Amino acid sequence: MMLGTHNNRQETHKSDLVNVTRLINETSLKERMITLFTKWEVILGLLLILVFVYFSNLTPYFLNSFNLLNTTFTFTEKAIMALPMIFIIMSGDIDISVASIIALCSFAMGYASSLGADTWTLVAIGVVVGLAAGLFNGFFVTKVGMPAIAVTLATQSIFRGIPQAVLGDKAYTKYPQSFAYFGQGYLGESLIPFSLVFFLVLAAIMGFVLHKTRYGRKVYAIGNAKEAARFCGVQVNQIRFINFALMGLFSGIAAVLLTSRIGSTRPNIALGYDMEVITLVVLGGVSISGGKGNLFGVIMAIFLLGYLKYGMGLINLSAKAMVITTGTLLIVAVLLPGFLDSIKAWRKLRRQQKTSTVAN
Amino acid sequence: MPTRASGLLLFQGTRPAARRGLRVPIHKEPALSQPLLEVKHLTKYFPGIKALDGVHLTIRSGEVHALIGENGAGKSTLVKILTGVYFPTQGEVLYEGSPLVLRNAIDAQKAGIAAIHQEASMFPELSVTENIYMGHHLTHPKTGRIDWRKMRTETQKLLDELELDIDSNTLVKNLGVAQRHMVEIAKALSLHAKVVIMDEPTSALSLREVEDLYKIVRRLRADGKAIIFISHKFDEIFEICDYYTVLRDGKYIGEGKVSEASIDSIVRMMVGRSLDQMYPKRNINSGRTILSVKGLSQLGYFSNVSFDLHEGEILGFFGLVGAGRSEVMRTIFGIDRKTAGTISLDGKEIQIRCPSDAMAHGMAFVPEDRQEQGVILEMSIAKNITLPQINPISRFGILNRKKEKSITETYGSKMEIRAAGWQVDADTLSGGNQQKVVLAKWLATNPRILILDEPTKGIDVATKAAVHQFISDMASKGLAVILISSELPEVLGMADRIMVMHEGFLQAEFSREEADSDKVIRAATGNASGGGVA
Repeated sequence: MMLGTHNNRQETHKSDLVNVTRLINETSLKERMITLFTKWEVILGLLLILVFVYFSNLTPYFLNSFNLLNTTFTFTEKAIMALPMIFIIMSGDIDISVASIIALCSFAMGYASSLGADTWTLVAIGVVVGLAAGLFNGFFVTKVGMPAIAVTLATQSIFRGIPQAVLGDKAYTKYPQSFAYFGQGYLGESLIPFSLVFFLVLAAIMGFVLHKTRYGRKVYAIGNAKEAARFCGVQVNQIRFINFALMGLFSGIAAVLLTSRIGSTRPNIALGYDMEVITLVVLGGVSISGGKGNLFGVIMAIFLLGYLKYGMGLINLSAKAMVITTGTLLIVAVLLPGFLDSIKAWRKLRRQQKTSTVAN
Repeated sequence: MPTRASGLLLFQGTRPAARRGLRVPIHKEPALSQPLLEVKHLTKYFPGIKALDGVHLTIRSGEVHALIGENGAGKSTLVKILTGVYFPTQGEVLYEGSPLVLRNAIDAQKAGIAAIHQEASMFPELSVTENIYMGHHLTHPKTGRIDWRKMRTETQKLLDELELDIDSNTLVKNLGVAQRHMVEIAKALSLHAKVVIMDEPTSALSLREVEDLYKIVRRLRADGKAIIFISHKFDEIFEICDYYTVLRDGKYIGEGKVSEASIDSIVRMMVGRSLDQMYPKRNINSGRTILSVKGLSQLGYFSNVSFDLHEGEILGFFGLVGAGRSEVMRTIFGIDRKTAGTISLDGKEIQIRCPSDAMAHGMAFVPEDRQEQGVILEMSIAKNITLPQINPISRFGILNRKKEKSITETYGSKMEIRAAGWQVDADTLSGGNQQKVVLAKWLATNPRILILDEPTKGIDVATKAAVHQFISDMASKGLAVILISSELPEVLGMADRIMVMHEGFLQAEFSREEADSDKVIRAATGNASGGGVA
């Protein structure tokens, strides 16, 4: 298809262009199916189905709606943190302090609870402390201009260091009865966990923001070419600052859910969550160098890893086997898209040579 | 298609280099000898694209051979095949009459083919010596230890023979662009290259540096090297080249002696038709002052720059690379902060803290570095065109796809962007079409002031003419245009007034009538007292 005004010169260009760039019909059903099934998020979806088929053949306890819903308790906190992490990584930054933000929030809530704060005060404290931690990160990254990896490496120690220094080997374990609802409760009389629904709502909102709003478009632009975005009037640092603030806010929310679920605060709470959250995002197909990926892929990755872990637990595979599996999947996630691209390119090339020999 | 960063592959591999010196240059007419390098029926397919289609190229020792073609004509692909980066689909390369198989960069290096790229690919933190011998370090014959002393003396010898005032211990990051090019040439010599490919070697050089490069090219020619010279600038081709080969759309069009060709005949071969006018004439009707800059300074880059810009006027900015022209415009557009001075719009002083402030005042800025600052390569044409207007076309922050589509169609068509659709990524387009995307995106913002920084750098002749036409059209519609260019004919041909900068200062101002190339160049090199700038 040629775009532009159509005088004679352009018409000849048009036919040239078709000859040069469109040697193969790419709109056939087969070609479109190939394009669809080589999309990373579709492959993740297929893997998820494979996990379901495999484990339900192996054990009768897998396909049990109560178990399937309850197991989401184990991953909704990380899933919620993965949402703003998509924005951070998409715009070419990184935040490795998120697990420590949880520790700080949980510590603040535990301290307040020990002084007799009620449930809603605790929630507010958790969320506000998280937001403050995110603003702290964002300030040093965008206003001071330090690299994100350096800032969050430092705050990783600082945020967890505070509860470690104060609590030592002690723990806060007294929380109000009603506080347990956020991380343990179900929706009404149903079997649907509150935290799962909460996550899905947040995911819908963040998906809309990423794909349908100007904010999301700017995030993509920054991730692809920071300089070019700046020349177009995109306030690059403002967007990155908001990303870090969101990251802190969502970590605060995750801290509320996690503290509520386990009912206690120790300095080592959520240890290792930072890398697990980044794993989810990268496994979901978001390019670690920014600019590429979508939210749906990350959702798929969240459920794939969650149910893989659950299934492996049912057949008594150790947590170590799980870690190895995750690592392997991660390598596949980074390698496969490029590999598929080169296969596609090779296929196209071969057919092109065939058509040109026929033409000669 | 991978086109970037492949230059990194070029000088790898190991090969002990006992260097053979350059002889004293005695210029002689290139004789018609046995071809050194012959390319026959070369064809290369990429997925979906026929990049080369039966291309011929014949290069003899002691000649400078211009490889001419628009962007996308297949020059780069041919160079990449000759340097072993790509493998041809069909056809053969003959070296001194026998077939040459180039499977990788080392094969090319062994065959004595070296390439010097547009943007030098070097190790900035390493010394000149280390850069020259990277991949083929000299070692002690017995111990195998790297022989630094020998490498340093050999490097110094090479540099001296090229008459370069560079110390072999200097870190490359401390060298200028021109000097880096010279070091790359020295590297090619250290590899005994017989065929030296220069891909737009002058694009970042000042006039004096270009002269130095010519001197070296002539030495190499006198020494019996074959040089493939790629350039978009005709004056260079006529100045330095002996023969030329023209490619168009991946096909071989023709070849000949430069001395028997004219610009017109070559252009006709390049674009398949002759360009009626290089610079469109128009009626100048410059109106009232829009932009007034007074005493603008940025510490360390430029100082005390003052000028007025009128409606319907094309104001040219000429100067050598590093004269501070781009920096002035970046500051006006709010990318960099000023340290002194005022900017007034319609007589009122305005504050510009960031590009969006400048855009709100009706400014548009087409930056020099298209790939990094102009387009976003991995986003679609549509998304590129609407990015500057992302706020006005959204309601409550939500994108309006209909508006996006109509804006893209209106301005994309106006700029005659050649693409398979608005949804294809910008990196699939040729350089000229990418530039059209950048122009379309700023045109869509409906600006009053259009700042163009080297708008025709590295784009093909046909697109260049289209860009010139576009600039003229904009000015006749009353837009105020600032045109930065390092191409003197472009500035002389397009601008109504010319401001000349030298080392951060406004050196001179010329009206269209009083400007000629001699005066302008003298001002740009700091030797002039022309013009009316105090």
